[in-house]
Amino acid sequence: MSKKVLMKGTDAIAEAAIRAGCRCYFGYPITPQNEIPEYMSRRMEEVGGVFLQGESEIASINMVLGAAATGMRAMTSSSSPGISLKQEGLSFLAALELPAVIVNINRGGPGLGNIAPSQGDYYQATRGGGHGDYRMPVYAPASVQELYDITMRAFDVADLYRSPVMILGDGMMGQIVEPIELNERPEADLPPKDYILDGADGRPSRIIKSLILDPAEMEEHNWKLKRKYDLMLKSARWEEYLTDDAKLVVIAYGTAARIAKGAVKRARSEGLKVGLIRPITLWPFPEEAIRNAAKHSKVFLAFEMSTGQMVDDVRLALEGRAECEFYGRPGGVVPLPQEVAMIIQRIWLQKEL
Amino acid sequence: MKTVYTRPKSLKDAPYHYCPGCGHSIVHRLICELVDEMDLRGRIICIPPAGCAVLAYNYFDFDTCESAHGRGCAIATGFKRARPDKLIFTYQGDGDMAAIGTAETLHAANRGERITSIFINNAVYGMTGGQMAPTTMVGQKTSTSPYGRRTEIEGYPLKITDLIATLPGAAYVTRTSLATPAKIRETKRSIKKAFEVQMAGIGYSLVEILSPCPTNWKVTPRESFTYLEEIMEKEYPIGVMKDITAKKEG
Amino acid sequence: MAAKGKIKIDQVLCKACELCITVCPEEAIRLSAGLNDKGYHPAEFCKDSCKGCALCAVMCPEVVIEVFRE
Repeated sequence: MSKKVLMKGTDAIAEAAIRAGCRCYFGYPITPQNEIPEYMSRRMEEVGGVFLQGESEIASINMVLGAAATGMRAMTSSSSPGISLKQEGLSFLAALELPAVIVNINRGGPGLGNIAPSQGDYYQATRGGGHGDYRMPVYAPASVQELYDITMRAFDVADLYRSPVMILGDGMMGQIVEPIELNERPEADLPPKDYILDGADGRPSRIIKSLILDPAEMEEHNWKLKRKYDLMLKSARWEEYLTDDAKLVVIAYGTAARIAKGAVKRARSEGLKVGLIRPITLWPFPEEAIRNAAKHSKVFLAFEMSTGQMVDDVRLALEGRAECEFYGRPGGVVPLPQEVAMIIQRIWLQKEL
Repeated sequence: MKTVYTRPKSLKDAPYHYCPGCGHSIVHRLICELVDEMDLRGRIICIPPAGCAVLAYNYFDFDTCESAHGRGCAIATGFKRARPDKLIFTYQGDGDMAAIGTAETLHAANRGERITSIFINNAVYGMTGGQMAPTTMVGQKTSTSPYGRRTEIEGYPLKITDLIATLPGAAYVTRTSLATPAKIRETKRSIKKAFEVQMAGIGYSLVEILSPCPTNWKVTPRESFTYLEEIMEKEYPIGVMKDITAKKEG
Repeated sequence: MAAKGKIKIDQVLCKACELCITVCPEEAIRLSAGLNDKGYHPAEFCKDSCKGCALCAVMCPEVVIEVFRE
């Protein structure tokens, strides 16, 4: 076992990217994720990679697109308003089938909002915030170790599916410091990059394009992407905590899941049979886990640091099998586990569980 | 008899979709001639724009990567930083270069990115149907400036090439025209020079090409070339604006 | 003796923009009376006075002119 080191969330993301072979970082400063570009500006120099601060988020995501088209592992990071600007590029990455990793350290919004931890970007992450008919794997780590491991995995997933992959953290995940193991990258069986542009030297020329004027051909491209997204559906990941006998299951991700875990522990100490499902992938959403839990639990509670976005996916997953209550604290407010435990108790009593 | 002129090999054997008398058709051919003559096929990558010339990849028989409107120079930056050994050029129109992509263009030039931009200025938005461009001239009628461009309402033509010439990162900046065979040959020499500047790793190079759009100017191709020489070249004087290699030699 | 030249125009692809006609110093190109598939009257070579200067090919947007010289 390798030695543990103390690391901040943002640094863990950056270091994992470097160790995953990412050699191109392009980004534009925005709080609360500036430590990522700062770390990258030092580290890329050491490993002979490319760090470039773009003139905007739009430019940065397009630089990522260019680097990805050469076959280099490339990434960018930003926070909510910056991700809005990157959405154009995300749509193009999806259309052009180019791999890239995009980190969103979610802050309060809409508008400028604030720089506190928030989960208001669930929709813009999972609903393909850019234009057109596309999907994108979205990961929601809940510890520094997971930030590290998932970032590393994200580059493989991006290459495997030739797709942009998003890591959705929040201001808390970015700032938190925890001991982690700097694991080496696991072996991955990845397809050869036969699409890259490096000059047509002794081979037919290649085109990377998304303009398909013939509707029938465009439809075929859409269905081709859809078949790819269907494959991705199988890669849903989640963590279950005390769900086996639970009569009430809390669904929460990221920082909210950590708070929820504390609340579940408190409820259990009061004798309430409460469990937690923590989606690790937000798209694909772990519908199977939720439907399984609905076999013994008729009440669910979606807890989010927003006015309620993921709750829609929980209800879609339940398909009416069970009720789903919602509790949210938007705006950058980070509630204590006691507060969520009180909500759990209230629902328990109201529903006469 | 010996062949004096024939179709360049790098130009695919596909009929152009461009309108009769379109400048894109001429510039595509010049680029392909240079790719053949300079033996660049194995290292050159083109970033076509959004606009009529997005379909450039149907004609260029070398690697091409589409760009969103205005993002050419950012994508080219990504390419070049990842693969400094390749020859990267953006092919951009006036809206792409001087309106929606102004930031990407100016900053790439200012960073001295070792890329080349070929900038087709025809003073209108062609593909979308002849709307006003940033380079539309004062008084010029377009489908969104039906009374002619008025400075008090639409402002002035943006001379982005002049702006870029002032930036330290720009190494070679020139404006040429397609109005006559001699000017077309000069345009080809300028593109060659721009590629050479990039390959020498000196800095950003830009060739603005004044180009006709007979369809959206609503004139015949013949008239469009007269308009190009007599009107457009007055507003946009042709000539080298910056060449740091010349200074070094001098 | 002045050089003697010849041009070959692909009339199927010509779009009749007439630019070759405007630049030919020998007035050796004209529009043909017939129509091509696209509905244009394509340019045609009409005089032996061609010197093979290739100005027409330099100008031709459609790249449909080949030039030969003795």
